[in-house]
Amino acid sequence: MEWNRKDLLGLEDLTKEEIKLILDTTESFKEISTREIKKVPALRGKTIANLFFEPSTRTRISFELAEKRLSADVVNFSASTSSLSKGETFIDTAKNIEAMKIDCVVIRHSSSGASYMLSKKLNASVINAGDGTHEHPTQALLDMFTIREKKGGLEGLKVAIVGDIRHSRVARSNIWGMRKMGIDVRICGPKTLLPVDIEKTGAKVFYHIEHAIKHVDVIMALRIQKERQGQSYFPSIREYSKFYGLTSERLKYAKGDVLIMHPGPINRGVEIMPEVADGPYSVILEQVTNGLAVRMAVLYLVMGSKTKEVSA
Amino acid sequence: MKEKGPVMDKEGVERTISRIAHEIVEKNKGTDNLVIIGIRTRGVFLAERIVKKIKQIEKAVLPIGVLDITLYRDDLSTIASQPVVHKTEIPFDITNKVVVLVDDVLYTGRTIRAALDELIDFGRPKAIQLAVLVDRGHRELPIRADYAGKNVPTSQKEIVEVRLEEYDKKTEVIIIGK
Repeated sequence: MEWNRKDLLGLEDLTKEEIKLILDTTESFKEISTREIKKVPALRGKTIANLFFEPSTRTRISFELAEKRLSADVVNFSASTSSLSKGETFIDTAKNIEAMKIDCVVIRHSSSGASYMLSKKLNASVINAGDGTHEHPTQALLDMFTIREKKGGLEGLKVAIVGDIRHSRVARSNIWGMRKMGIDVRICGPKTLLPVDIEKTGAKVFYHIEHAIKHVDVIMALRIQKERQGQSYFPSIREYSKFYGLTSERLKYAKGDVLIMHPGPINRGVEIMPEVADGPYSVILEQVTNGLAVRMAVLYLVMGSKTKEVSA
Repeated sequence: MKEKGPVMDKEGVERTISRIAHEIVEKNKGTDNLVIIGIRTRGVFLAERIVKKIKQIEKAVLPIGVLDITLYRDDLSTIASQPVVHKTEIPFDITNKVVVLVDDVLYTGRTIRAALDELIDFGRPKAIQLAVLVDRGHRELPIRADYAGKNVPTSQKEIVEVRLEEYDKKTEVIIIGK
């Protein structure tokens, strides 16, 4: 199986084989971060621009570290200090950056479809680091990698995603990806936080957390995205927490070896209780570690795909 | 692609591995401080065979590592198909050790250059020695083998193929004309 795509924009259009290739490649990249010299020369001479039009801590640092561990040259851009504030358009900004001979652009944007639009305008590879409420492919890949590592496989597992599905690009990417890998995906949250027609993705919809997590192998709690809550989707944070918060009491409904995941950053005591987030079933920090390896794998595959002749 | 007959048959490969194992022990005056690292893919199986042979000769079990040089290649942007990255597994410290690097065919020397770069990222070995089953010439870099099973003069239009039971279900070395 070979990677033949210029970009990684989402998991909706990837095949099962392509997802498997990324996960398999990630396994090899994980070892690099355990070495004393955590660096390989694979992308030496390549230049990558991280365009973050929206705040981010872990994804930006994770991509930057991944790029540096592959020996790429990195430039960082943040919207607040750019010429966007002088009125330049998003595409003009990107085209100007590409004119400086950039090989790859990693983009985070608050508008769904921003990475897709950019990929059509640029010759450089484009990697979606989260676009609006659409997709966050590398997060879903690191989630699936973590599950596969812990459970030994993906096919036939039951995963419950609980919380604000409507605004979650992580949930969307996970639903697309996990369904392709043969996982039984359940989503759960108040009706106001579930997108219309979400059943069409093949995910099963639940409104009661106890029903959703019954006998599941993995529970993924999602952050209540206060910044995207233009209107009130539930009466109060306290009420949300009471009905959907992941407590140690509720974990008893799931399998005995259930994995607890969260894409971060977490609202402690809201969607997940501190004793669960820091408890023995939690793999939240391992997700972060694996995120680095997944991003190294994606960068390697995307940037090594334009190729010609082999030597020995 | 025309097969030009075997350079080594199964017995020939076994005899050669046995000789290389003896030479390694002789050159290093025993097995103290020695570690063996095979280059993926066939170098790993050859390394395992050498370790097994040294165990028979010296009753010593040498540490064995696996090196995947894909991320150290100097031709990522010029190669036809993207190489699949596999794991490098060196579960011991190589600092101050004598590392015997094992590969199947020595040709341009670029694979060994990449392997040396990668090894040095893992520590500072006392020395690195190179063992190959076949040296077919056409070097592009100043690299030579310390232990060469067989020197096979070839044209650049030919391919030297090492086949090993563990990977190819058959042990032999053949030359194929392009």
